Amino acid sequence: MTSVLYDVPGPRAVLRNRLIGVATILVILGLIGFVVYRFAVTGQFSAEKWYVFSFSAVWVQIAEATGRTLAAFAAAGVLAIVLGFVLAIGRLSDHAWVRVPVTAVVEVFRAIPVLVLMLLMYYGLPVVGINVEVYWAVVIPLMVYNGSVLSEVLRAGVEALPRGQGEAAYAIGLRKSGVMAFVLLPQAVRSMLPVIIAQLVVTLKDTALGFIITYPELLAFAKLIGSQGTYGRPILQAGIVAAIIYIGLCLLLSGIAKWVELRLRSSPRVIAAAAAVAPLQREGGTNTQLIVAQREDDVQRQDDQGA
Amino acid sequence: MGVIFNHLPIWGEAISNTLILFFGGGVLALILGTIVGAARVSPIPIARAVGTVYVNTVRNTPLTLVFFFFAFGYPQLGLPAFNFLYLGILALGLYTATYVAEVLRSGINTVPVGQAEAARAIGLPFSQVMGYVVLPQAFRSVVPPLMSVFIALLKNTTVAAGFSVAELGRIRAVMSERGENALVVLLWVAVIFVALVLLLSWLQRTLENRWRIAR
Repeated sequence: MTSVLYDVPGPRAVLRNRLIGVATILVILGLIGFVVYRFAVTGQFSAEKWYVFSFSAVWVQIAEATGRTLAAFAAAGVLAIVLGFVLAIGRLSDHAWVRVPVTAVVEVFRAIPVLVLMLLMYYGLPVVGINVEVYWAVVIPLMVYNGSVLSEVLRAGVEALPRGQGEAAYAIGLRKSGVMAFVLLPQAVRSMLPVIIAQLVVTLKDTALGFIITYPELLAFAKLIGSQGTYGRPILQAGIVAAIIYIGLCLLLSGIAKWVELRLRSSPRVIAAAAAVAPLQREGGTNTQLIVAQREDDVQRQDDQGA
Repeated sequence: MGVIFNHLPIWGEAISNTLILFFGGGVLALILGTIVGAARVSPIPIARAVGTVYVNTVRNTPLTLVFFFFAFGYPQLGLPAFNFLYLGILALGLYTATYVAEVLRSGINTVPVGQAEAARAIGLPFSQVMGYVVLPQAFRSVVPPLMSVFIALLKNTTVAAGFSVAELGRIRAVMSERGENALVVLLWVAVIFVALVLLLSWLQRTLENRWRIAR
C-alpha cells in the first residue's frame, strides 16, 4: 500500500527527499550523540564501570538469571495456551450457563493490569493465610491474563472459519466435541499461529514485571550488579546487558512468528481467515474489532463468490 | 469501604497520578507515534529505516526495562534531576508511541489502494494525498485500535509503581504501613481498573459507531 501513496520521484522530489533524509540523519545522530556525550562525560565508558563483566562467575549468574526469566516464561506460556483453549471452548459453548460466566471472567482478567494481579498474589493473598511462592506469583497472573487474551484469539479464529466447515462436520455425524477437536480448532490454531506466538512475545516481555515483586530474574540481577559499590555502581552497563539479552530473546520469538506467518501466507487454505487476523495483531484487540473484522471478511467472501 | 474513605487523600493522589501518567504518556505517544508512523510510510528511505528500527527495538523491549533506564540510568548521566513522575510519562510515551505508529500505519493500509491512486492521478503531491484523501479515511478505522492501545497504556501505568511513583499500583505499600488489609486494598485497585477500562471500552464503542465508514 505504502508505495502507491506517492509518485516515482522526479529530479526535484529526489533532491527534496535527500535533503529531508539528511536532516533525519542529523537529528538522529544529534540525539544519539548527546546520549553518548553524556555517557562519556559521566565516565560510563570507563573500564572501572565495565570491570564487573570481566568475571566469568558474573556471566554464569547472568545466565542463571536469564534461565529464571525463561523458566517463568515457559511455564506461563504453556499454561496460558492450555487456559486459552479451555476459555475459548467455554466462550463458544452452546450453554448460556457456561458461556456467560466464562465471558465475564475473560473480560475481567483482560481489564486488570498484570502487575496488579501479581501484587494481589504476592502481597494480598498472605493476608488470608495463603502464601504463594514468588515464582508462582509471577507465573499465575501471566497465565491468567495471556490465557484470556489467547482465548479471544482462538475464538476469533474459530468464528472466522467459513460456516460450511462446521456444518459439514455436523453433517457427517460428528458431535460438538468432535466438530471442535477435529475440524474447527485445528484450522483456527493454524491460521492464528502468528498471533499466538506474538502473544507469547508479550508474555516473555511481561516476565520482567516479576522484578517489581522481587522475583530474582534478569532485570533484578541487573539491578543487583548495578548497586555494587565496589564496582562503581555500573547500573547503566548492567541495564544495557539486560536489554541486549531481552531484545535478543524477543526478536528471536518475533522472528519465528514472522517466519510462521510467511509460511502460512503461501498456503491458500489460510488466506481466507487471514483477513480476520489483522486487528488482533495489536496488543489487546477488542471484541468490537473482531466483529468488524469478521463482518468485513464475510463481505469479502460474498464478493469472492459473486466474482 | 473504610479502606477508601478513611484515606481519601491517598486514594485521590494515587488516582490523579495514574491519570497524569495516562494522559501525559498518551499525548506524548500520540505526537511521537504520528511522527514515527508518518516516517514509516514516507517516500524517504532513511526515515522509513529509522522508524522501522525504532518500532522493532522498542516493541521487543519490556516496559519494565524502559522504566529501569529512566529511573536508574537517567540520574547517572548528571542531567538536571526530574521528578520520577515526569520520567514515567517519558518512558510510557516512548514505549506506547511504537504501538500508536503501528496502528496508524495499518490504518493507512486499510484505505483502498484506488483512493490514493485516484488522488495521485489528479496530480496531488504526497502531502495532499495524505492530508486530504488518505488520512481522513484512515483516521476513522484507526479509532478502535487506537483506543485499545490507550487501554493498554492505562494498564501499563501500574509499572511506574515499581519505580516510586505514588500511583494506584503503589498504594498497597502506603496502606500497609497504615495497617490496612493489603488484599482489600488491591482488590479495590483491581475494581478501579476494571471500571476505568470499561469506561474506555464504552468510549471506544461509541466512537466506533459514530465514525463507522459506510463502504
